[in-house]
Amino acid sequence: MQLFPCPFCGPREESEFHYGGEAGNLRPDGGDVTAERWAGYLHMRDNPKGPGREIWVHLTCGEFFAMSRDSVNHKVSGSSTLGKSEHGA
Amino acid sequence: MSASRLADGGSDIDRARPLSFTFDGRRVEGFAGDTIASALLASGQAVVGRSFKYHRPRGIWGSGVEEPNALVDVESADGRVPNARATTVPAKDGLVVKSVNASPTALADRNAVLDRFARFLPAAFYYKTFMWPDWHLFEPRIRAMAGLGVVDRDWKPRQVSAQINHHCDVLVVGAGPAGLAAAAGAAAAGHSVILVDDRTHPGGSLRHRAGEVDGVEGTAWAEAIVARLNSGGHLMLSDTTAFGLYDHNLVALNQRHHDGRPDTLWRVRPRRIVLATGAIERPVPFANNDLPGILSADAALAYLRRHGVLVGREIVVATNNDNAYEPASALAAAGALVTVVDCRREGGAQMGTGIRVLAGRTVAAARGHNTVQGVLLDDGTTLVADCVLVSGGWTPTVHLFSQAKGKLAWSDQLTAFVPGEAVDGIGVAGALAGTVSLSETLASGTAALDGFGSSSSPVPHSTGVEATLGVVGLWPKPKAKGRVWIDYQSDVTAKDVELAARENFVSVEHLKRYTTLGMATDQGKTSNLNGLALLAEVTGRAIAEVGTTTYRPPFTPVPFASLAGSRRGSMHAPVRRLPLEAKHRAARGVFQEYGGWLRPACYGNGEARAAIQEEARRARQSVALFDGSTLGKIEVIGPRAAEFVDFIYYNTMSTLNPGHCRYGFMLSENGVVFDDGVLVRLDEHRFIVSCSSSHVAAVHARLEEWRQDRFGRDAVYIHNATAQYATLTVSGPNARGLMEALDLGAALDDTSLPHMAVSAGRFAGDEVRIARVSFTGDRSYEISIRADRAEALWERMRQEARAFDAVLLGLESLMILRAEKGYIVIGKDTDGNTMPHDLGVAGPRTKRTNEFVGRRSLFTEAANRSDRNQLVGLAVREGEAPLATGAHGVEKREGRPRSIGFVTSSYQSPTLGRPVTLALIERGAARHGETIDVQHLGVVRQATIVAPCAFDPEGRRLHA
Repeated sequence: MQLFPCPFCGPREESEFHYGGEAGNLRPDGGDVTAERWAGYLHMRDNPKGPGREIWVHLTCGEFFAMSRDSVNHKVSGSSTLGKSEHGA
Repeated sequence: MSASRLADGGSDIDRARPLSFTFDGRRVEGFAGDTIASALLASGQAVVGRSFKYHRPRGIWGSGVEEPNALVDVESADGRVPNARATTVPAKDGLVVKSVNASPTALADRNAVLDRFARFLPAAFYYKTFMWPDWHLFEPRIRAMAGLGVVDRDWKPRQVSAQINHHCDVLVVGAGPAGLAAAAGAAAAGHSVILVDDRTHPGGSLRHRAGEVDGVEGTAWAEAIVARLNSGGHLMLSDTTAFGLYDHNLVALNQRHHDGRPDTLWRVRPRRIVLATGAIERPVPFANNDLPGILSADAALAYLRRHGVLVGREIVVATNNDNAYEPASALAAAGALVTVVDCRREGGAQMGTGIRVLAGRTVAAARGHNTVQGVLLDDGTTLVADCVLVSGGWTPTVHLFSQAKGKLAWSDQLTAFVPGEAVDGIGVAGALAGTVSLSETLASGTAALDGFGSSSSPVPHSTGVEATLGVVGLWPKPKAKGRVWIDYQSDVTAKDVELAARENFVSVEHLKRYTTLGMATDQGKTSNLNGLALLAEVTGRAIAEVGTTTYRPPFTPVPFASLAGSRRGSMHAPVRRLPLEAKHRAARGVFQEYGGWLRPACYGNGEARAAIQEEARRARQSVALFDGSTLGKIEVIGPRAAEFVDFIYYNTMSTLNPGHCRYGFMLSENGVVFDDGVLVRLDEHRFIVSCSSSHVAAVHARLEEWRQDRFGRDAVYIHNATAQYATLTVSGPNARGLMEALDLGAALDDTSLPHMAVSAGRFAGDEVRIARVSFTGDRSYEISIRADRAEALWERMRQEARAFDAVLLGLESLMILRAEKGYIVIGKDTDGNTMPHDLGVAGPRTKRTNEFVGRRSLFTEAANRSDRNQLVGLAVREGEAPLATGAHGVEKREGRPRSIGFVTSSYQSPTLGRPVTLALIERGAARHGETIDVQHLGVVRQATIVAPCAFDPEGRRLHA
């Protein structure tokens, strides 16, 4: 059971959180987005082995935030509130 | 075997408190402080169980959690525990203990004959043999023969298992010398300490091995430390197993109680963990090494000193290390004739007293029937013995360290894997860390505290004789004569391991699964290393190279009741309840769960199908009342709310006038319809998203996500008010009449409140919202009121409804009404490919110019295909029954049948007197009038594709 730091509530157990996707997967707007670009946004993930930046939501407070986490050793190096347009899903 | 209780001795037992229980129907005497195993040994019971596969007779091997053989079903006033280890269950007066996998008793097991066919039953025999025609034909009988303990199907917990979350500075696992030194050191440094041990008494090996700490005898020192911890406000949990070490150093503990309470589950998050879990003695490989009467040498010493039990009269000790000499000497001093067979050339004669030592010899085979009667040595000599003790070195209990993803390192000096590079927050100490002497062990406990110790407080030091080990490898050899047992509990022999290697299962994980080595309830605590060593030998690799299998929790079996705690029965997945549940029950509502909500499926005591038909029929005639409280009511408020709902919905919503509603779809980013429902605009900056009942949480999360990401926290505010309101619906030709009778103070004429408009009224002082939306196709009014005031309104509605011959609608009849109208249910009439234009709503796709969720996906190649499944109705032939939901439309292409879609909803319509069907059919929108084949469970019927709406297609009744 991992402990995740919600930037609003502090450390809480992982069961209170939901994964929201990789950070930095920005949504391309508009009708002229190429099929490749759109497919990349929908489907292509880096899935890094090791450190990565992810979007999570703390279900109990409802806030989305970014968390830096290592997918190998599960160490969490920090979390922060979202800036504009860091949509992950 | 002629084990017996000595006249005195035994530090754990209280001879003033005798007790008795039965084993396989026979009376067994013992004392308070005995385990079931020590009492069975004292009563001379050699055979205590039958092996899993071959039904070989098996006796007690160990004295703790490592026990592979002595599994028993234990019945007491508190219920029955299957597959308990006899070595860890305290003996109690009146227990009914039964051997497992044996019938009628362990000694006289009728399946014992299986062992004679053992040579025909190697690893994977069953899977290879019973392939044809079908494994499942054979499975029940084979499983019945192979099973272990018997589950009590009528078992009901009398109490819920407590679950406790806790934290502390330092958690120490294991109250042996290393753990006690660590706990004492942490406490002295001012840290809060939890010390856990799976035994009843603290001390670990100090309770049966010679040792003296700070000038005090070992056991007394251990008890003094625990007393000091207790009085210092620290927590000592005995009879408690640390069974799992999880991410971020969460430790799970299972605490057993002696007073009938069910086990307690602890979840502890310490700042530092010290693992002092000790080591487990290994068996020695020789033929027939599974005969009853063959025990771990350390266990024999424990039974002698803790329980006053002498395990035999004429004892052979087979060993490869110095640690076997203390048991050998002690048993000799207690009156046994002891011969040590030491594989080392120099032996250890100088270490023992009163014993004979045969150095440079090994045991080749044990002899005997049902119990050991002697041994054959490698040089051909035979020795008579009624008990054989084995001491093949020590395997550190690395389980928790490995669960924490700690890497193991091979130690040639210890012939074992020990913890390698340190893991953050975790220290290792004692035999786990590979210490041998007591002074080393005590020092390692203090050192493992790292920053949580105190440099000023003194380290406990050993003042007695120091142990040595001098172990050499004594591993199973390939092509050995006879059957050399590796895993007692899974019945795996050296030959099985060799067979696996021959068939190329040379990865240790494959070996495990092919032979079941280490897969029994003991998880190979005694057997794994011998198996790995043999695999290494057979494949010409070093043991370190072969590696170990993955260690996973739990260390020992944990009752499900403990893990579940209060999350059982109706609390396992609690249902959500309507505010008016009691009223519906009084009206004889038949409740079912729908998307997590408990709702009335229909009303009345009669047959459900008839009741549903009757409700649907009467609803079209006069007026119906329906509780729609579960419908989503998510408020979207703020200066950018209109822009926000435009982005969220497929349909343009910003053009909606205040006081009106609009039906629309929400899409996923992949263009698939995610939810449908009505959006209400209360005023310029305030909307209510009325989403599907079972989708409220998901829709809410989605709204929050886009709000926070795209619109900013200060521009839009979202509040899920679903549970705050009850929504009561009036539907039918006489709906307006009933609404007028309710007199809610709102104008109801079609100019003031047309279809898809909202208005406000009052009931008993509370504001109510009246929305003219319809899921039945008839004129309908949804009245939303504070949930806690809904009961009075419902009562009033029921009362006024009498004059209109009104009917209560359950969810099932509502489903018929909506299907008659071709109204869809998302997830039922749509699937993971359905886009809005497949449902006949193509307008926004072609017309909208601003951005919305999923927009780009509606213009992909897949979205533009002409052969997409589209929503249609299906008409069956005159007089036929409804099609089955899920039936496939089929057509032949090049002679082969293929699916062209499927039936999504199908009901008998009492109003139309015929079935109504919704389906997703390939190119369906362009095929109205075409007749297709519909196949279900091999039966093919014909149906004609029609428009989805079968009832009142002009929509006159909405305004009637």
